[in-house]
Amino acid sequence: MKQKHKKIDYAKWGYLFILPFFVSFFIFSLIPLIDTIRYSFFEYYRSGIKEVGPNFVGLQNYISLLGSDMLKYAGNTLILWIIGFIPQIVIALLLAQWFVDARLKIRGSQFFKVVIYLPNLIMASAFAMLFFTMFSTNGPINSILMSVGWIREPIDFLGSVLGTRSLVGLMNFLMWFGNSTIMLMAAIMGISPDVFEASELDGCNSVQRFFYITLPQIRPILAYTLINSIIGGLQMFDVPQILTNGQGTPDRTSMTLIMFLNSHLKSKNYGMAGALSVYLFIVSGILCFVVYRMTNNDDPDGSKAAAKKAKKQRRG
Amino acid sequence: MKKKIVSMLLIVVMAVNTFAGCGKPSSSGAGAASASAEEGKVINIYSWNDEFRERVEAVYPEVKETSSDGTVTTLNDGTEIHWIINPNQDGVYQQKLDEALLKQADAAADEKVDIFLSETDYVNKYTDAEANAAMPLSDLGIDPDKDLGDQYSFTKVTTSDTNGVQRGSTWQCCPGLLVYRRDIAKDVFGTDDPEEVAKKVKDWKTMKATAKELKEKGYFTFSSYADTFRLYGNSIEQSWVSPGETVIKVDQKIMDWVNDSKEWLDAGYLDKNVKGQWNDDWNKAMGSASKVFAFLFPAWGIDFTLKPNWDGGDGVWAVTNPPQEYNWGGSYIHACTGTDNPEHVKDIILSMTANKDNLLKISKEYSDFTNTQSGMQEAAADDKGYASDFLGGQNAFKYFAPVAEKIKIAPLSAYDQGCVELLQNCFSDYFQGKIDFDKAKSNFETAIIERYPDITEIQWPE
Amino acid sequence: MKSKKSGQLRSIFAHIVLIILSFMCLFFFYILFINATRSHADLQKGFSALPGNYLFENLKNVANDGTFPMFRGILNSLIVSGCSAAICTYFSALTAYGLYAYNFKLKKAAFTFIMAILVMPTQVTAMGFLRLVTNMGMYDSLLPLIIPSIASPAVFYFMYSYLQSSLPMSLLEAARIDGSGEFRTFNQIVIPIMKPAIAVQAIFTFVGSWNNYFVPALVIQSKEKMTVPILIATLRGADYMNFDMGKIYTMILVAIVPIILVYLFLSKYIIAGVTLGGVKE
Repeated sequence: MKQKHKKIDYAKWGYLFILPFFVSFFIFSLIPLIDTIRYSFFEYYRSGIKEVGPNFVGLQNYISLLGSDMLKYAGNTLILWIIGFIPQIVIALLLAQWFVDARLKIRGSQFFKVVIYLPNLIMASAFAMLFFTMFSTNGPINSILMSVGWIREPIDFLGSVLGTRSLVGLMNFLMWFGNSTIMLMAAIMGISPDVFEASELDGCNSVQRFFYITLPQIRPILAYTLINSIIGGLQMFDVPQILTNGQGTPDRTSMTLIMFLNSHLKSKNYGMAGALSVYLFIVSGILCFVVYRMTNNDDPDGSKAAAKKAKKQRRG
Repeated sequence: MKKKIVSMLLIVVMAVNTFAGCGKPSSSGAGAASASAEEGKVINIYSWNDEFRERVEAVYPEVKETSSDGTVTTLNDGTEIHWIINPNQDGVYQQKLDEALLKQADAAADEKVDIFLSETDYVNKYTDAEANAAMPLSDLGIDPDKDLGDQYSFTKVTTSDTNGVQRGSTWQCCPGLLVYRRDIAKDVFGTDDPEEVAKKVKDWKTMKATAKELKEKGYFTFSSYADTFRLYGNSIEQSWVSPGETVIKVDQKIMDWVNDSKEWLDAGYLDKNVKGQWNDDWNKAMGSASKVFAFLFPAWGIDFTLKPNWDGGDGVWAVTNPPQEYNWGGSYIHACTGTDNPEHVKDIILSMTANKDNLLKISKEYSDFTNTQSGMQEAAADDKGYASDFLGGQNAFKYFAPVAEKIKIAPLSAYDQGCVELLQNCFSDYFQGKIDFDKAKSNFETAIIERYPDITEIQWPE
Repeated sequence: MKSKKSGQLRSIFAHIVLIILSFMCLFFFYILFINATRSHADLQKGFSALPGNYLFENLKNVANDGTFPMFRGILNSLIVSGCSAAICTYFSALTAYGLYAYNFKLKKAAFTFIMAILVMPTQVTAMGFLRLVTNMGMYDSLLPLIIPSIASPAVFYFMYSYLQSSLPMSLLEAARIDGSGEFRTFNQIVIPIMKPAIAVQAIFTFVGSWNNYFVPALVIQSKEKMTVPILIATLRGADYMNFDMGKIYTMILVAIVPIILVYLFLSKYIIAGVTLGGVKE
């Protein structure tokens, strides 16, 4: 009798404890989201200081977005993300492997860990601004290269598609590889030493060991890194925005989706911005769902129980 | 209830002022003092930098002091001017101003915008009769014909709406000159005399021959293609967007700029490394290590852009007549509709833009080319009083004054800023050979519709 | 023998790569520092590898500029970031605990929901957020930068994983038998256990909030409420009247120094902490 009473009581506590989270979410995220979706069906913008609309236009905004260069910007976003992500994950795996490998005897590993994580702390806008100055045609990078004698003419980094995209990639790489390294390192350390010993006895070399043992074992963390990176990539804004002054130069090849969204927000085109937001929302949802599914088919060490739980429910 | 009475009072005051203004023009000081009783205690001024504040401090007789951080200026009668400064770039200034204007009607008296400033590129957006953001000067009791009669007439046209009602005024006008390096001129032409150099740059055809001459000695004529844009852009025949229409008509003159710029850049007359203006490379092009012969600048450009970026001694730069008359910039003062301090606003506008003594003082202290024809003629004649050390003792006003009289302002539209900015950006890729001409055109079309969703069509000249 | 030699080679190679990467990471900070110590005129002359002696002058310019109240901005950023970090970690821990320790009908649904919104990009709701904040009368106030951090799905997820690995249910039973109230149990028993996770997430939230530009730029209007990233952005946008690159570099330096200091003091915690939630069961 008493027990039962207590149980009901506990459930109440559960609801009470999660209440602030949900209240705050509904007010500050859900209402704005619904508002955004609502306006995506309206023609609503400002011309000068006069407001136009809102007039209901149905799916017009969605259709005209499909007709615009949106897909090209989605492509740009993807390319910029890949340029940064591939080296990020490769280097991070390599470094993580080295840091945990006692035989390599890395000196000052604490120092290196501190340093490689450092760029992650700096606001992207300030970082982008520094890059902008340093890689300008008369900037320090060019003057160093010239005084060393490697080049005779200054390189116009930001004037070429390759240059601009590489710089964006480089910055994303620098900002995130430290974070990934440390995550992956911990994942590798979490693998039971017995497995490695066994493989050694079976005559595995280090390459085999890496591909057949380490990689599968750290899959959940890899997935976590990947999802984080995808979300970050989809939201890529500060770096290319400041590096190209919001223009996505040259020829709009470094214009990302969020920069596109921003230019609509800037011209106060609420309808169009709303429709674009809805597209973005759908895409990010699909991407993450796919990644979850791909990486959680089986759960070797059970470390992703939480994600699995969530997925189970989605299935049900 | 109370609010209603206040607003009634305001209307009465304004009406009285209108009549008073007609009968008794420009009685500075006295008006402000007598009005302070009914007027609000705070004058909010929106601007994008300290330029106007410094000038107010320098010449407005009612100023008592300014706080050390430069955000509040106290007047003699206790009224406070609050300076609300937001940067121009990325449209931040206009965005913040627009927000404030939308809230103007409901704002508390001391929160209302009283004065705001605008620039040539977007003055039209605020002087638009329908938008009615800037008050007609006559509503303040200023008679443009009489009180502002000595101003250069193109500045009055610029601040008028399509019905010809003047809705703003300015202390400066910005005729531009060609500013060149004496050392380079000596090296290439054998002389640095402004009269001789003027002959070398008297029109575009001569200019091109000169550019070739400079190139042979390893110099660039100008730094960037954006430098020459104003000269072409000022002389367009029709506005970018005609009143009441939503079609952008790109003028032939603009296409001339595109073609000439491409030609000049390919020929090596411009520095390929400098892309546009207001960036680090452009600043460096004004340093002593640069090979750039000349810049096209109005008075403020020499003072605020060239001078801080020049790292050598005085007397290296000189001015002469440009190949074509042009105007670059200009800050306009507007009384904001709904202001609760109309008397103060009127007094400030008159004192800052119609008082010849004040304007001449501004010219002396800040090297502005100010907006009084008779004053500027005096300055042009007074070689001793207006000699510039930076220009090696030259009196720049002698060159500015005739240019100012010849300026015909291009027809404006509310879309100018976006058009000018985006066109330069889009064709910059073309100049550098990244994309072809047609791609640049279509990029411009995409960008402009993103910026102005109401634009329906873009017409290019045949 | 052979393997020992190749091991040495690998070790040397690893060190070289690490040194190059560290150099890349530090190089930019070095340039920033050098440039902050030089005047605009010096900077015009081109790049130099040695610091100048203009740092103090630049600092003075930054401190005295009323248009860009940097120190006020740092204070605002400290307030916003500090408060966000505090309430974000506390409420995330509370939510995680609520979902972890209790059984109730909507538990699974609530968990799934939070996992689903984990991926939602903030920019998507920015527009509606701005309208909402304006309607609630919180435009141009620091509150909308702080309060929404109560609902941080990612922090919640971290806390939840941590609880799974380090809070045995038996401990809670024991507390209940001792007659401890549920809320008290959370504050006095669970919070101390979660200290490491809270510390780590507090730092991350602090850094994230310190560097956040998008939302503050939408919401903040007046000078005295601007946070550091907005000031930097507006400074970069400043026009010819404010043209002084030395000052700009100094301002960035001033803006990131607090973060670097916090980081260096807590670097052990942070690096240990990145891994806490994701890895353990």
